[in-house]
Amino acid sequence: MKKQLIFIMILQFVVVSIWAQTKKGEVLIKNATVITITDGTKENTDVYIKDGKISKIGTDLSASSNATVVDATGQYVMPGIIDAHSHIALDAVNEATSPVTAQVWVGDALDPFDVSIYRALAGGVTISHAMHGSANAIGGQNETIKHRWGTVKMDDLRMEGAPRTIKFALGENPTRVHGAGNNIVPRTRMGVEQVFRRAFSEAKEYMESWDEYNANKNKRGYKGMAPEYDLQKEVVADILRGEIIVHCHSYRADEILMLMDVFKDYGVEKLVFQHVNEGFKVAPELAEFGAGASVFADWWAYKFEVYYSTAYNAAILTKNGVTTSINSDSGELIRHLYHEAAKTQKYGDLSDDEALKLITLNPAKQLGIDDRVGSLEVGKDGDVVIFKNHPLSIYAVPQMTFVDGVKYFDISDDQDDMRIYVDPSEDIDVMRSRTEHEKCMANAEWFLTN
Amino acid sequence: MKKLSFILLIAIIGVCSAQNPKAEGGSFALMNATIHTVTNGTLENSNLLIKDGKIARIGELGSLGADVKKIDCSGLHVFPGMIDSGTSLGLVEVSSVDRTDDSREIGNVIPHMKALTAVNPNSALIPVTRVSGVTTVLTVPEGGLFPGQAALINLHGYTPDQMSAGFSAAVMNFPSSGKRGWWDRRSDEEIEKETRENMKELADIWTKVEQYHELDSIKANGGTSVSMDYYPEMKALLPVYRKEVPLMIEVNKEKDIRKALEWVEETGVRAILTGVEEGFRVADEIAEAGIPVIVGPTLSTPARDYDRYDRPYTNPSDLMEAGVKVAIRTSEAENVRNLPYNAGFAAAYGMTEEEAFKAISIIPAELFQVSDKLGSLEEGKQATLFISTGHPFETSTDVEHVFINGWKIPMQSRHTELYEEFLQRSPGLEK
Repeated sequence: MKKQLIFIMILQFVVVSIWAQTKKGEVLIKNATVITITDGTKENTDVYIKDGKISKIGTDLSASSNATVVDATGQYVMPGIIDAHSHIALDAVNEATSPVTAQVWVGDALDPFDVSIYRALAGGVTISHAMHGSANAIGGQNETIKHRWGTVKMDDLRMEGAPRTIKFALGENPTRVHGAGNNIVPRTRMGVEQVFRRAFSEAKEYMESWDEYNANKNKRGYKGMAPEYDLQKEVVADILRGEIIVHCHSYRADEILMLMDVFKDYGVEKLVFQHVNEGFKVAPELAEFGAGASVFADWWAYKFEVYYSTAYNAAILTKNGVTTSINSDSGELIRHLYHEAAKTQKYGDLSDDEALKLITLNPAKQLGIDDRVGSLEVGKDGDVVIFKNHPLSIYAVPQMTFVDGVKYFDISDDQDDMRIYVDPSEDIDVMRSRTEHEKCMANAEWFLTN
Repeated sequence: MKKLSFILLIAIIGVCSAQNPKAEGGSFALMNATIHTVTNGTLENSNLLIKDGKIARIGELGSLGADVKKIDCSGLHVFPGMIDSGTSLGLVEVSSVDRTDDSREIGNVIPHMKALTAVNPNSALIPVTRVSGVTTVLTVPEGGLFPGQAALINLHGYTPDQMSAGFSAAVMNFPSSGKRGWWDRRSDEEIEKETRENMKELADIWTKVEQYHELDSIKANGGTSVSMDYYPEMKALLPVYRKEVPLMIEVNKEKDIRKALEWVEETGVRAILTGVEEGFRVADEIAEAGIPVIVGPTLSTPARDYDRYDRPYTNPSDLMEAGVKVAIRTSEAENVRNLPYNAGFAAAYGMTEEEAFKAISIIPAELFQVSDKLGSLEEGKQATLFISTGHPFETSTDVEHVFINGWKIPMQSRHTELYEEFLQRSPGLEK
């Protein structure tokens, strides 16, 4: 018992010391139009961040001499933008070798050198959900990261305390990779359902056999052996226990309904649909289940399963009571999510607050971090962005971006080359052009071309 | 009886709205609008008469005939239809489904392939695009060195000929020394070899065109009665060689742009550079050569990791300030509707609002030799325009009406139809 206690104390010390390594800043932003998201928009207001947390919002605030003071007269301050679907800062995206790969975790492949992190900051994005790809029905676990650009340690990127999440995928991607590519189930949407039912059932048996063993192992005369440890089943069991939020790549209405049915059968509740282009068709069902929807503003028709979709998706979902966010799934869109959110005013006339929630509070809810970020409230993390012009205007230009009160982007101090690591083997004369749809399928390109 | 006729009326309305609405012809008077002429400033509280497909008059309209349909535009704005200088609209329906992609024919040198032939007037993407005020697009074949001829089309019509806006031009992909995307797994050596081979092929082709031109000239002057073999590639390149039509040269990398400028100088073709992602690095040289450019998409990532995050946003204004004539494109099919936002970002990052709008209206009209018909609101030009609640760069702006060649376009598309059907689905949860 004593040994255990010491172990826990050491563990706590280690964990705390890792957390303590990320920088926390002190900053006073003066005279801004402050868009709080949860408490209206306040003119000529100051925001004071201390020790990385929002300490005060009000007028005529003062700060200690250590604080950075920013005069934001005529400018707008809003919470740091949150992207609920991204693949930046990752060395690997798809473990496309099996329909179920719950055991892998993109957190093992974070890349703090990816210049996309800086570019996201330059678009006001402070947090992104670094996701596994969509090649597998049950993909790997994801990592929620804070854009602490400049660090060389991948641990610094992790958002300490953020809930665990995992990637699921429906439709064309898993059926193309595994069915068409490898001639194994699933080749159809029928097969995709059975992959989930099998994985959940086996994990349930696994969980129950461990529960039984743990309950009885110290009992006198118990002769049972410990079940064989299986990391993949451990992870799926944690989904069944409600310890992991499932984020599921999806497009068509029928497959969305299918997954909700499967989840109901196994008692799983934490579910966010990603892309979910046909979510608008089953908005009442999504609302009833309590599933979130994380959508593109206007992407459609790049594959057949998104041919019958509409840019009014976010508006229909919002007006039907579904917690909705707008994501990027792209190193390009992540740079102007404020503009993507603004499109919901063209497609569905959402109000300013409704539109801005799509990239702040709502993605925070979907990631289970809305108690920490997503709005400007005292006690929340000091993740803020300052805009020239209203963030929903085409003339919006991010000026400064702060994470935990530390400034990671400043337009007045933006160098030509912001890389922190230069690959000596890189041929600098090779440039890439074109932005692709669905970064989701990165590392699975073999299946696209064969 | 009254009740019955009411029911009948409802039934008739029901039947009518179930059909696809048609465009409406005739004469229209747009009254009390703010008219953004583009070429002659902005007219407050003015009127515009559409007759016989043309802008018949701007200003005081006098007494109007009973056949003229009046549209009250108080508080609304009229702009010329926006022109996207580079798309695959009409050629591509679902880009990942090969059978619906007619943008890439087989062959490296196929300048005789005509995009207009493969334009599908019934593409679901077309209504989605035009209700946003983008009325006219250049649709461009893709592929090898000479992938075919781009066509300028208006986004209304039942046949490609009805849609044609009267311009086509051969396209050239200048041999590129860059990677095409994350899926491009060619090694540096392979890329270099391919570039070298393409440059050699280009030189060979140009020698052939030269010879073809000489033979053709001799024949035209009656110098020989020998008939020439069927050689559609050369026939298609001949007007380019003779500078009768422009050549659209897709080129993006700094080094490639320099090489392209040299090639243009050597051959003397009438060039328009397209893409020009790294134009900002070569802006002065392009300006000096007097070659116009079509850049975009503005909403794209910097091509190199070491470039400033906003390079694609500032590229149009960098080129313009150096003295280059700049048009902006999306390179899209399904989201050509984002053209005003691609121009809008150029406006947020250096251009004025007027300059950025010109880059998607009068400048492309000039580049495509249709400025007598399109690109601005002037008497005698085609009535291809839109009416909106504000400037099209802002997403809060709604486009209320669109006219193409005087046809009043139904403001419906797959996206609006699905919105109307599903905003309040019926039945909802109950069966």
